[in-house]
Amino acid sequence: MNPETQETTGHGDISVGVAGAGASGDGSASATRITPGNALRPEDIALEVRTGLARPTEDVAEYALRLGDDALILAQRLGHWISRAPELEEDVALGNIALDQLGHARSFLSYAGGAWDKSEDDLAYFRREHEFRSAHLFEQPNGDFAVTIARQFVVSYYQFELYRRLTESTDATIAAIAAKAVKEVDYHRDHSAQWVLRLAGGTDESRRRMINGFKLIWPYVGELFVDDALTTRLAEAGAAVEPSSLKADFDRLTGEVLKEAGLEVPDVPAAPGGGRRGQHSEHLGYILAEMQVLAREHPGASW
Amino acid sequence: MSPHGNPEEPASAAAEIKHEAPKASPAPAPEDHHGGNVWPLWEVFVRSSRGLSHVHAGSLHAPDAAMALRNARDLYTRRNEGVSIWVVPADAIASSDPDAKGAFFESPQGKDYRHATYYTKSEGVKHL
Repeated sequence: MNPETQETTGHGDISVGVAGAGASGDGSASATRITPGNALRPEDIALEVRTGLARPTEDVAEYALRLGDDALILAQRLGHWISRAPELEEDVALGNIALDQLGHARSFLSYAGGAWDKSEDDLAYFRREHEFRSAHLFEQPNGDFAVTIARQFVVSYYQFELYRRLTESTDATIAAIAAKAVKEVDYHRDHSAQWVLRLAGGTDESRRRMINGFKLIWPYVGELFVDDALTTRLAEAGAAVEPSSLKADFDRLTGEVLKEAGLEVPDVPAAPGGGRRGQHSEHLGYILAEMQVLAREHPGASW
Repeated sequence: MSPHGNPEEPASAAAEIKHEAPKASPAPAPEDHHGGNVWPLWEVFVRSSRGLSHVHAGSLHAPDAAMALRNARDLYTRRNEGVSIWVVPADAIASSDPDAKGAFFESPQGKDYRHATYYTKSEGVKHL
């Protein structure tokens, strides 16, 4: 193991320090044990890319960019809820989901950057609006809590079906990222489904807002399941799946929750989309301005 | 307009939800100081991966047991602390009176005959 590997693969002494303090009965230690656990981290992927162990093809990199941008833009949107959610507990729940998404984004972007000798930060902070490949759903405004839950419900059921299949990808890194992400997204499905049921079955006002949330979000569902030349090439190679192949399971599983909630799939026309080609709505520019301003004001800064 | 705003809802809309949600609660929720309902309190117990007992980790608010479990997962196991969670309505726990400390807990003090201190260790018994 070379020195660079050792430096970046260790978890530091988080585990030893806290577990040790707990075992010795230190009154200030947590009642429960804290460990970082073992899982694939974005740093591990960045290291593999840097040392040449993993290098995506141009097509796979472009695909990873799409998935990474979806997660990154959603993480930025969800992060806005911190300190603003209806309850402190929900603040943390949405913050956790945002951080999960940020982790997926970092993994996908770290890997994608390997094709162009760019870091995750290069891709997140120094691309312009038309260079982002996220679908329009992810940049939709948070709205009220019900709109955010509607967006999260669609996103998590879509991502679960996608990542579940990508664990079988012939690209080992994509498969590994998906295997880590699918468990987290499974919880996101549960979180949003619980809230859909409660908002729809709560009061007249909460139900009205849930219906309104789905009405605002549903036009952006269609874009998620559109195939194009890239996904067709990757699906033939076994590295990815055609987005259209996820639609039946997505419809069935979301339909079950909506039925239990007594809600209809909104009858609304589809938005034009175009995010995968870099054509975005007016919202993305604001998101990028807020997300990128610090890195662009102080290029190369670290903290 | 705020870039985060929902074009069809006023900016203050999210803050109003908490006054509506508690109606899903099984028990009538107490009122907060604004006169609105608040979610009931739950106590959280987490069992770590070492296979020990559940230990009290803290408390939280949730509208019902299913959401309390999920909130507990988000609040108390986000650093890999556990493999099992219990949530208990805080008002279901009966606790001893802190003012009765003398009557309740000082009696056993000095009664060392309740400990195994008077027994002599048998010779030749290992690991005792």
